[in-house]
Amino acid sequence: MIPADAVAAVFREEYGRAVSVLLRTTRDLDLAEDAVQEAFAAAAERWPREGFPEQPAAWIITTARHRAVDRFRREAARGGKEAEAALLHAAEMAADDLPGHDFGDDRLKLLFACCHPALAMPARVALALRVLGGLSTPQIAAAFLVSETTMGQRISRAKAKIRDAGIPYRVPAAAELPERLAGVLAVVYLIYNEGYSAGLGSPRARTDLCAEAVRLARLLDRLLPGEPEVQGLLALMLLSESRQAARAGDAGILVPLAEQDRSRWDAELISEGLAIVHHCLQRGQLGPYQIQAAIQAVHSTAPSASATDWPRILRLYGMLSRISPGPVVELNRAVALAEVEGAAAGLGVVDGLALGGYHVFHAVRADLLRRLGRVDEAVKEYAEAARHAPGPGERAFLEARLRELQSG
Amino acid sequence: MTQYLISMYQPDGVVPPPEVLGPVMEKIAEFNADLRAAGAWVFGNGLTDPSSATVLRHTGNEVLVTDGPYLEGKEHLGGFEIVEAPDLDAALAWGRRLAEITGLPIEVRAFASVPQDETVSGSA
Repeated sequence: MIPADAVAAVFREEYGRAVSVLLRTTRDLDLAEDAVQEAFAAAAERWPREGFPEQPAAWIITTARHRAVDRFRREAARGGKEAEAALLHAAEMAADDLPGHDFGDDRLKLLFACCHPALAMPARVALALRVLGGLSTPQIAAAFLVSETTMGQRISRAKAKIRDAGIPYRVPAAAELPERLAGVLAVVYLIYNEGYSAGLGSPRARTDLCAEAVRLARLLDRLLPGEPEVQGLLALMLLSESRQAARAGDAGILVPLAEQDRSRWDAELISEGLAIVHHCLQRGQLGPYQIQAAIQAVHSTAPSASATDWPRILRLYGMLSRISPGPVVELNRAVALAEVEGAAAGLGVVDGLALGGYHVFHAVRADLLRRLGRVDEAVKEYAEAARHAPGPGERAFLEARLRELQSG
Repeated sequence: MTQYLISMYQPDGVVPPPEVLGPVMEKIAEFNADLRAAGAWVFGNGLTDPSSATVLRHTGNEVLVTDGPYLEGKEHLGGFEIVEAPDLDAALAWGRRLAEITGLPIEVRAFASVPQDETVSGSA
């Protein structure tokens, strides 16, 4: 007896690859998705009765291809010229297969198409989650707090643009690869940050985006082995994920890094992340994700908050701000600077940043003001931070700090 | 192969001095020669000033003629190229060159289908 969720597990694992392979037959993303979904529907009906096929992925791909060819045949019989051409093409594709043939994997091509710069960023994110993550439109809509209709339109418009504008399913040539790969990584990291910044106490649909981003980074690392920044991003997310359990205290209240119970950090994720960082540092082709991973690694290896090697973190943020400058990097550098040179030095940097409305900015500023004994200003700043907190867990933490300060 | 419309948008009423325009026009001629050599050229030309445009509107049972251009704005279509390219990346590569030459915003947009006569000759 095969439980229904076993088919669902195969779906999550094999959907993207099956779609990418079907694209060779259909040359159209919608048709490829339709065919693969029909194949999974057939699997959900037949597998529980007949048992798992020996090679579930091959079963899905073969079935999906038959469905696609059947569809072309029906349309061609009704006089569709395009379907006739598609049928011919599909027959050519199938002729290459031998018994026991490995269908291969075209997900990398699909990923570069979904993350093409000609598509708007929200469309790239939605497509990557839909087509490669195998998430349903309602799931993605819930994760990004938009209606299913809006998300459905976003995805179908993006697919239409790929088709109509002729966005190619191709791995970019070596000369373009670094820039295009950076674009793909930006999509993955945006998905991670969307989940991370959703805030503690947010619906699972949102916080699960972190796990989706890690899955995509692992996939990318398998498809493009040895790319330093792919590994850097993966390590960065793994080390951050290792603290997820320790980040939420009683009743879901945020526990800041300095106060976390380090025994609750996930040792497995840490050792995996550290191994990647070590490898990256030895190779010496550093990029922004690797540097951020290296910073996380300093926290991960510190025996306690007070024993953290802040001068090293400060140096790393200095490197990061040289190759990838921005106000958020400066804010983080200011936190390190405050630990090394004192709160006044940190505040000097923070005060120059135009990050009003970003809760972390207000929380950092509040903390520095508190440490400098400027209580009234700190109280105001904590209130501002709490007002902009993304989730109930962050808000509860900031309000607790505020009360401590007022009663102290 | 897909045909793409590569449009150049120009600010109205700004005519660059000859010493600027001359080299740009030379580079555009070179660009067109490269398009032809690559077999990618279909058609291309610059347009006259937008104020020379005339607009026709069918209203009820008559066609109204008015002074153009149709769209109000400070920028208008100044010229275009129609190129044939295997995919968007190839079309964008041509468009990118035009953006570098002219310094103008360039829009790349695919035509909906291949013209009929070409389909006939292609399948023959």
